[in-house]
Amino acid sequence: MEPDASQQLAMYKKMVTSRQYEDAIQGAYFEGKLPNFNMANGPIPGEMHLSSGQEPCAAGVCAHLTNDDYVSATHRAHHIAIAKGVDLERMTAEIFGRVSGLSGGRGGHMHLFDTNVNFMSSGIVGEGIAPAVGAALSFQMRGLPHVAVAFIGEGAANQGAFHESLNLAGLWKVPFVCIIEDNSYGISVDKKRSTAVPRNDVRAAGYNMPGIYIENNDPLSIYAAAGEAIDRARKGGGPSLIEIETFRLTGHFTGDPETYRPEGEKESITKRDALPLMRERMIKNDVAAVADIEAAEQSASETVARAIAFARAAPEPAPEEALNMVFV
Amino acid sequence: MTKTTNARKLTISKAMAEALGEAMDSDERVFLMGEDIGKLGGAFGNTAGLYDRFGAKRVRDTPISETGFIGAAVGAAACGMRPVVELMFVDFFGVCMDAIYNLAAKNAYFSGGAQPVPMVLMSAIGGGYGDAGQHSQTLYGTFAHLPGMKVVAPSNAYDAKGLMHAAIKDDNPVIYLFHKALHGLAWLGTTPGSITHTPAEPYEVPLGKAAVLREGSDVTIVGLSWPVHLALAAAEDLAGQGVSAEVIDLRSLVPLDKECVLNSVRKTGRLVVVDDDYQSFGVTGEIIAIAANEAFGSLKAAPQRVAHPDIPVPFARPMEQFALPNKDKIVASVHATL
Ligand SMILES: Cc1ncc(C[n+]2csc(CCOP(=O)(O)OP(=O)(O)O)c2C)c(N)n1
Ligand SMILES: [Mg+2]
Repeated sequence: MEPDASQQLAMYKKMVTSRQYEDAIQGAYFEGKLPNFNMANGPIPGEMHLSSGQEPCAAGVCAHLTNDDYVSATHRAHHIAIAKGVDLERMTAEIFGRVSGLSGGRGGHMHLFDTNVNFMSSGIVGEGIAPAVGAALSFQMRGLPHVAVAFIGEGAANQGAFHESLNLAGLWKVPFVCIIEDNSYGISVDKKRSTAVPRNDVRAAGYNMPGIYIENNDPLSIYAAAGEAIDRARKGGGPSLIEIETFRLTGHFTGDPETYRPEGEKESITKRDALPLMRERMIKNDVAAVADIEAAEQSASETVARAIAFARAAPEPAPEEALNMVFV
Repeated sequence: MTKTTNARKLTISKAMAEALGEAMDSDERVFLMGEDIGKLGGAFGNTAGLYDRFGAKRVRDTPISETGFIGAAVGAAACGMRPVVELMFVDFFGVCMDAIYNLAAKNAYFSGGAQPVPMVLMSAIGGGYGDAGQHSQTLYGTFAHLPGMKVVAPSNAYDAKGLMHAAIKDDNPVIYLFHKALHGLAWLGTTPGSITHTPAEPYEVPLGKAAVLREGSDVTIVGLSWPVHLALAAAEDLAGQGVSAEVIDLRSLVPLDKECVLNSVRKTGRLVVVDDDYQSFGVTGEIIAIAANEAFGSLKAAPQRVAHPDIPVPFARPMEQFALPNKDKIVASVHATL
């Protein structure tokens, strides 16, 4: 399954939007926190986990999804939210803790819910897998042609919830796909020191589903593999597991000094950044004209600027608003 | 003790790391497990330097598998080791609670005392810095509610070190909760009162012994961990208003130093309990119930409490600050007893 020219450009545009978004959030996040980085300060308090480098995973998978398809994401969710079509203005307002945010500022960056596009994220590692299996179960029980996708990090594949959920999915043959973004780190611990097998795709065998590993963070291979798995799930062919080699180009959290990385690693993964590589390839293969690419980049930066401006202009919630919405 | 030793001040984080290192030095059975506790020294610095000193065998980075490694600690404790495990944020207890409250907490009882579980689980509590509802809770009331675990929460470095030594020596599972607002990490800001004189040599602060941090005669303010510092600030304000407040730091919930609270309430006749946990069915209700049961005749007014409303910890600053306990809420509660 090869994405055609317009699909490639569309994926690139999602990826660029996502990268520019993370850059903008990073800038806003550091406001008021420096020189003595203190997480409590600035317009965006708390932890911040950016996805720069991992855009192909989100863009390549979500290219096959409709608004009805369900996605659960992790603490590192912005690229997935953008690729899934989450309302970026309301998402940004949420990250800034404003009333116009997705939850009115109750959840923040780690708890993004957009029910219009069936998207959720959460802060506990491995927590989103079972809900995605449950969403898939609902689609199956109701005879709907939708699929559910759980995005997780490679670190989450060592959680009990991963194994229990994949067994359920394999047992019930629900329309579910698990995407593992293998950026080779869970905070400071690299995969070799946390995982008994080098690649998690082999674990799929234990749950009677196909498992594949995609090397090199390549948007086109991701698109192809995800397309096949999602298609199969949609047609009643059951779940799949896909692990993607990807690169986290920033810290685990914003402000992370990244002392755990071996020397030279940052430079070498930056050289493998999928964004410039995809851009070059599209030009070289005549997939898109430079003007079209630049137009996509321009439109991405306008989208991001609008979202940030929307968030900054939105009012802060009234304190007592905290008491509402515990129950509906 | 030399003068310089006396003047030595540590953060809670450094005090915990020092206690762990001393315990590992003196007892081969003590070892550590947790996420990012090796080279990184822990997400909160509690194991800084210990990997280099004791190596990967005794300072074990784990996968993100809390059910696995905390359950494994129970088994290791049953078979001759004294594990100290770190659950990075207490909010993550949901994925491993069975190992904690059904195994660690109950194995001694189920074995008729034959199989004690000498382990320590240390975990970060508290919010106030915008980390939202899965990274800001305290939950110590939950652990204290479930029988079989000791629960401690230090308010300063001196206690942190002494309580850690006592926890490791204890033959029972101890839940050791350190508050992020007190931890001495620049990236979270730190209440200065938590950085205290800490002797360089090993010592214990017994579990179940509260401390009277400030003597007073009009009202008793009870808390532990971070709220204690709010109570001290409130007491200072109250003094300016002619109200003499006694401040008690419980230091541990299980065992609970009831006598310390009751003696104070019998003296002052008024009680305000401050908590950084959800209000209902928790620590504040328990302390007030004890006072009502055992010092009813001494009470001159209905006891008051300051705690989180029963809502998840909200992200946005105005809402989170609204939910948190603070000095002014304590002062107002004290006035309600006068
Ligand atoms: C149950 C649980 N344990 C630990 C954490 C702390 N934590 C947050 S992110 C993270 C690393 C996750 O690694 P991975 O799944 O590979 O995702 P990545 O951060 O690399 O995107 C850890 C340990 C958590 N949030 N939840
Ligand atoms: Mg990872």
